[in-house]
Amino acid sequence: MSNLSQLAWLVPIFPLIGFLINGLGRNYLSKTLVGIIGSGALLLSFITSVLIFNKVSAGELLIGEAGVYFDFIKFGSFNIPFAFQIDQLTSIFLLVITGVGFLIHVYSTSYMHEETKAHFARYFAYLNLFVFSMLLLVMGANYVIMFIGWEGVGLCSYLLIGYWFKNNDYTNAAKKAFVMNRIGDLGFLIAIFYLIQHFGTTTYIDIFSQAKTEGSSSLITIITLCLFVGAMGKSAQLPLYTWLPDAMAGPTPVSALIHAATMVTAGIYMIARSNVLYALAPSTMSLVAIVGLLTAVFAASIALKQNDIKKVLAYSTVSQLGYMFLGLGVGAFTGAVFHVMTHAFFKALLFLGAGSVIHAMHHQQDMRHYGGLKKYMPVTNITMLIGCLAIAGIPPFSGFFSKDEILIAAYAANPIYYVIGLFGALMTAFYMFRMYTMTFLGGFRGDHHHLPHESPKPMTFALVVLAILAAVAGFIGLPELFTHNPEGHKLANYLAPVFKDGEALLAKHAHPDHTTEWILLAVSVGLIVAVILWAVKTYKVYKLENDAEPQGFSKILANKWYVDEIYDAVIIKPILAIGDFFGKVIETKGIDKAVNGVGKAINFGSRKFRYLQSGNVGNYILIMIVAIIILVRILFYLPMS
Amino acid sequence: MFLVLLIVIPLIAGIVAIASQSAAIAKIVGLVASLATLGVLLNVLCIPNGSEALAYSKLWIGSLGANFSLLLDGPGKIATLLTAVSFPIIFIASWNNGYKYGHQFWGLMLLAMAGLMGVFLANDMLLFYFFWELALIPTYFLCSIWGGEKRIQVSFKFFIYTFVGSVLMLIGIISLYGKTPDASFSWKSFTQVALTAKEQLFYFWLFFVAFAIKMPIFPLHTWQPDAYEQSPTTVTMVLSGIMVKMGLFAVIRWLFPIFPEASSQMAGIVITLSIIGVIYASLIAIRQDDIKRLIAYSSIAHIGIMAAALFTKNNMGYEGAVIQMFSHGINIIGLWIVVDYIEHQTGVRKMSELGGLAQKAPNLTILFIVLAFANVSLPLTNAFIGEFLMFNGIFQYSVCAAVVACLSIILGAVYTLGLAQKTFYGEPKSLAAIKSDAPLNVIVALSLIVVMIIAFGVYPKPLFNLIGLVTGAN
Repeated sequence: MSNLSQLAWLVPIFPLIGFLINGLGRNYLSKTLVGIIGSGALLLSFITSVLIFNKVSAGELLIGEAGVYFDFIKFGSFNIPFAFQIDQLTSIFLLVITGVGFLIHVYSTSYMHEETKAHFARYFAYLNLFVFSMLLLVMGANYVIMFIGWEGVGLCSYLLIGYWFKNNDYTNAAKKAFVMNRIGDLGFLIAIFYLIQHFGTTTYIDIFSQAKTEGSSSLITIITLCLFVGAMGKSAQLPLYTWLPDAMAGPTPVSALIHAATMVTAGIYMIARSNVLYALAPSTMSLVAIVGLLTAVFAASIALKQNDIKKVLAYSTVSQLGYMFLGLGVGAFTGAVFHVMTHAFFKALLFLGAGSVIHAMHHQQDMRHYGGLKKYMPVTNITMLIGCLAIAGIPPFSGFFSKDEILIAAYAANPIYYVIGLFGALMTAFYMFRMYTMTFLGGFRGDHHHLPHESPKPMTFALVVLAILAAVAGFIGLPELFTHNPEGHKLANYLAPVFKDGEALLAKHAHPDHTTEWILLAVSVGLIVAVILWAVKTYKVYKLENDAEPQGFSKILANKWYVDEIYDAVIIKPILAIGDFFGKVIETKGIDKAVNGVGKAINFGSRKFRYLQSGNVGNYILIMIVAIIILVRILFYLPMS
Repeated sequence: MFLVLLIVIPLIAGIVAIASQSAAIAKIVGLVASLATLGVLLNVLCIPNGSEALAYSKLWIGSLGANFSLLLDGPGKIATLLTAVSFPIIFIASWNNGYKYGHQFWGLMLLAMAGLMGVFLANDMLLFYFFWELALIPTYFLCSIWGGEKRIQVSFKFFIYTFVGSVLMLIGIISLYGKTPDASFSWKSFTQVALTAKEQLFYFWLFFVAFAIKMPIFPLHTWQPDAYEQSPTTVTMVLSGIMVKMGLFAVIRWLFPIFPEASSQMAGIVITLSIIGVIYASLIAIRQDDIKRLIAYSSIAHIGIMAAALFTKNNMGYEGAVIQMFSHGINIIGLWIVVDYIEHQTGVRKMSELGGLAQKAPNLTILFIVLAFANVSLPLTNAFIGEFLMFNGIFQYSVCAAVVACLSIILGAVYTLGLAQKTFYGEPKSLAAIKSDAPLNVIVALSLIVVMIIAFGVYPKPLFNLIGLVTGAN
């Protein structure tokens, strides 16, 4: 076993142990202890991840046989080992998952403090189990281990969305999330079956090297399409996104960790990991770009008209994930991973900030009842503002760099992508500052007898750290435009070994020249600033009593384009009707009738049967034995030909 | 010799239990005997497949060429292990269930266990048939005497189905026996029967229908939801956990070797029917309100996948189906244990009348949630291993069939999570309030199952070792 393989298994094992201790000891451990165990497990994982990052930076990797821990499914020549692969891509995800995860655990110790002891421990157990699954997902060396993590995070998402299980709406949302994810998982599974059938293995390195030599084929296109279906489910893309807004039923830190920073980016990880396969399937790439782009704009349009602060952020997440897929689709793999990272920081920050506000406002989530919170919650205000600036794409905050990288790559692929993408970015700036203004600026519209107050230390600590990251993380990915040095993009350099094969296979789009790039940048920043000013001006004077029921197109947006209603009418209702038809008509009136007919035909048997009904078992046993003897006798005397 | 003990211990214990006239003694006898059987079996399982120690033969009815001959092969190891593991768990879980004529109840259970062991061991066709009936007849009584309100009609239906199946099989056995080269019932002679292609097809269907009823495969399944619903839950555990595996096992041990060509030729039809059944049963399960019927339809869906996978006759489908025989068995027994407790506590089985059990019974809820996710084949539960391989096998046979069959993972999530939600989550309903968390014996039984679910889900190697390399597939 190599050095790295001894280190690697520690990363997921800490949260697993945390899960077991908190889960089994939930009735005995004090809340303080539960919080320390839960957060401590993540801290240890984070430290280990940093050590791994250092080793990987120094050129040490864990790939192939060295990463095998034991045989998972093995018979004959078929083998799926339980193996990890640690490379640059994995190590980046490890840092984000454990780092952001740790902060959210710390935040949760305070946010969830009203819960009773056992439920508090249950929460932390689920959270640790989630991190364990997420780590498996990104550490696996083959698609089956990825699938294990993939379904594992789905399970934890289910458990945490339905954490307050007494509320039927919440458990409905949990169920919806799991089932919708399963639709995607079906695609993932089929892709695995194709891979096994064609390559005889599910191990990444074996598949990629073989695929490279074989070149493009319709099979690779099918496989990548199936994988993408999986990604659509997990990363909430059109048409499988409707579970994510509902998932906001879970506690807010859960939304931050699972439904913003980590789990929902699993689809991006999957495609980035499979970049070689996708590079061999240009038509799938185009589809990924188009689905991503449409989702980005579509979700942003819904976010414009939401009044629940978490719903705004949820649709914003769907939209941002769309940008990441756009990046993948146009071959900007690094850009997509970069945006995963910056998004993890600023969206976790925004969710935690929203949580801080909700906490202060006694679980009020409707922004119409906020206003003027700047005065009462200075730390939350500043950190949220940084988050909003980052997501809107104002330089030098992190979102500017990552989103810009994707949009420039989109421009290179097709200028129309850029125009639509920019339109989405403007909507993003608008709804974020609508949210910010309605929450923090203007006058307080809530209950004046219960004035809000700043959240406790563990919560503001997480906010401050994330705000710093959201502000500065962009500098690891400075564009060549600024540095005049192709090596200036640190993240791209670091990830280059992972993406070099995929990028080599891709037809390179001509990168726009520097003048064009400057113009594009200036236009987008200028427009975004204008939109922000417009949003602030409009909503600063917002008054509850002036708010009219949305009409016309606004009404469609406020009702989320009626997608849930359409799904219900077109898919769910017919399926239930078919189930009823099978159960009530075919089963009872069809098959059973036929069987009963046979039964009546053997009426003789039936009469005898009734005769057998009373009496004690001794008689029955006797009859049974006699019957068997008679049977054997009959056999004996039967003429044998 | 050890093989004989596997049958004799439960058989004698069953007779002792009935003779004891005391339910208390019968229960203890049952638990001890089933544990003893498990102990013997664990010893036997260490013997490598194909070894002589795993075969036993004695002359039985010499004039007929029938031998008391037993053989334990890979699938047999899995099936006997399932039987030996399940019965102690069932006894523990049902420990506090009082039954009228308790000694007879427990005694019949043990007789059924002996019959099941025999079915999985018999290497002689007549012996196989004998044990087949020995397993069915006690269950039939258990169902008709201790069952629910509609037990008479339901046992009648059950009876008609199994009767028809048994008669068909008996006709098949006798006719084939006449064609054996050495007028013998031995497995070897039956596999050597020379049949024309047409004859093979004809006899294939005689046997297959008998086995298909037992599994059951669509459209021969309608006895099952009724029987599961009306039987005492303890009996349902045996029926659904172990007895349905008789049909699958018989396909591997008898049907494929005797009719190799016909079974390949008919595979398309069988797989199509099975997969229709998977979707059909899943859709019906979604619309059930009665927990027992929901689980029954869920089981039909799962068995459909197993039957389809077996008939693909490729390695993956075969290994997956055999692994799943064990996993499905213990998992569904776990579900029934939960149902049994709920029914005993609340007197209600309708989800619309239940709710909020999680608040009063957190431990039961946690164990149930693990079972529920095993029922939807979540990875790192035992069911994932089997289903993953089975879908893979079906995929190799036909992509289209696999895609349709895989829809069951979505539908399965819908009805299983619906069950969890309506029963355990939400606010408790006043009419059907549960008083307390499950008692120790229920928790122990469920914990044993849950530990196996996760252990074999993470590390299935021991099960693969038991099966060994493929023998049934060609």
